[in-house]
Amino acid sequence: MSTATATETTTAPATYVPSVETLGTVLAPGARPARPSALSASLTFGWRAMLKIKHVPEQLFDVTAFPIIMTLMFTYLFGGALAGSTREYLQFLLPGIMVTSVLMITMYTGVGLNTDIEKGVFDRFRTLPVWRPSALVGMIFGDVLRYVLAATVILTVGLVLGFRPGGGLTGVLAGVGLLVVFSFALSWVWTMLGLTLRSERSVMGVSMMVLFPLTFLSNVFVDPGTMPGWLQAFVEVNPVTHLVAAVRSLMAGTPDAGAVTWVLVAGAVSVLVFGPLTMYRYDRR
Amino acid sequence: MSNPPTDLAIEASDLVRTFGKTRALDGIDLRVPAGTVYGLLGPNGAGKTTAVRVLATLLRPDGGEARVFGHDVVREADAVRGKVSLTGQYASVDEDLTGMENLVLLGRLLGHSKPGTRERAGRLLDAFGLTDAADRQVKKYSGGMRRRVDIAASILNTPELLFLDEPTSGLDPRSRSQVWDIVRAVVAHGTTVLLTTQYLDEADRLAGRIAVVDHGKVIAEGTPGELKSSVGAGTVHLRLRDPAQRAEAGRLLAQALDAPVQPEADPVALTARVTGDGNGLEAGEQAARALAELARAGIVVDDFALGQPSLDEVFLALTDRPAVPATAEEAA
Repeated sequence: MSTATATETTTAPATYVPSVETLGTVLAPGARPARPSALSASLTFGWRAMLKIKHVPEQLFDVTAFPIIMTLMFTYLFGGALAGSTREYLQFLLPGIMVTSVLMITMYTGVGLNTDIEKGVFDRFRTLPVWRPSALVGMIFGDVLRYVLAATVILTVGLVLGFRPGGGLTGVLAGVGLLVVFSFALSWVWTMLGLTLRSERSVMGVSMMVLFPLTFLSNVFVDPGTMPGWLQAFVEVNPVTHLVAAVRSLMAGTPDAGAVTWVLVAGAVSVLVFGPLTMYRYDRR
Repeated sequence: MSNPPTDLAIEASDLVRTFGKTRALDGIDLRVPAGTVYGLLGPNGAGKTTAVRVLATLLRPDGGEARVFGHDVVREADAVRGKVSLTGQYASVDEDLTGMENLVLLGRLLGHSKPGTRERAGRLLDAFGLTDAADRQVKKYSGGMRRRVDIAASILNTPELLFLDEPTSGLDPRSRSQVWDIVRAVVAHGTTVLLTTQYLDEADRLAGRIAVVDHGKVIAEGTPGELKSSVGAGTVHLRLRDPAQRAEAGRLLAQALDAPVQPEADPVALTARVTGDGNGLEAGEQAARALAELARAGIVVDDFALGQPSLDEVFLALTDRPAVPATAEEAA
């Protein structure tokens, strides 16, 4: 085994002599194929994200271990005190902790882009005659898979611990679906940050500064009714509150049309505002 | 502007690009004829990479304008992107992916069908001697192999203009000559190549015309022959048999060449610049006469070499200062 690899690495490069004939056959200008559609180019970039996961599977640690820790930690920490029993609390907490974990994971989109864009391969992508946002859309497609994975992990842990959603399979799928759609939309905030800030660490810092208060000062862990008035006012306008209310209602089988609409509109606004801002930064790097 | 735009692959006038207070491009003019290799020669920080990035639509110029095959690099960036490929200074392939995956990824992005792109990728890997490494991650490739897969990625669709940014920096001599062979094959098939390099000999071997760039400006332009003759034939290196004769040899050489002579660390070695006498006497002839002078004085010369001017010497001649790196801008 070891000898085989040794000979392969030492002889293969040494024996290469560029041959005019073989180079000629690949250089002959063939017919240029038509450009791929925006969707096809985005999906190809999504395939790149899959390949990177295949080669570096450790990067899935944050979408598996982190959600498990979050779920277990908050269920057992607050369950007894807030709802009398962990099982009781879990019915309230699970949709919220799923939203919290997935939103926390969205910030890696910006962190990943910040390091990825520094590499030479992005120079090549940016000189390709394809739909401009496709490299970023494809990257976020890859991240959507991570969001789905994280949501599935949390749901599984929840079901094992005794989470019994009233909405059944349909309700749960609708809830996860809405969460993933909103996360996709929110990712554009992080791509803009990832392209604007200088270092991976600053992207992480700013994202945490935004996400930490948004997820905790919400209806995820406790009923806002017990909070002081000024905090209730903040919780009321916090997008996470609306998202959690919508996901909770869907999973419980009692869809809150107002909250769902609010989330979809907020998602659309996020894409419409931060999508173009991201592309502006992308074009001027 | 007398030529119709189709004869020129690149036409840039007064390009300016600043990074903060650094003027990376300070009014560059370029006219690159289609179907040739054109060399941008200069030290680190001269603005070569910035120029390539502007021409490849990666950076917007702050002033001036540039056209690639008649298309404006800012207003018609998409049309330009359809005609060019870029092999950057640092690997412009994804190092986490295998060679095959990289080529298939780019093939798909260029619109090739799945089977079509695999077939073409296979042939490219074969032509570039990478078949055995096709399924290895690029980060495990040697420097030469990385360059080759990078160039292979650039010709998935044979481009009309290929940018090669310092394609041989950091390569061993064998890999360098492989890259040179590839560049010759590429240009033989009608692709125009814009090559940046820090090495005069590389520009000399490959380029039909060279622009010498310094501090964001073109300070000289012409064929390699024109450039070298403007600088002089270069440097003469001598090794004497007897170190005791070095002082005498130095005096005679300085007289015959009309140039300062430097003793080297080796006690028998001497170096001097040869420029010709400016009245029709070629540098080579002048060096030969100087040798004859030494022989007449009974000084035995064991080794003699007349070298091409180095980039340093070109710079000395053109700017009266050595080619020292300017402020860091290439990375930007």
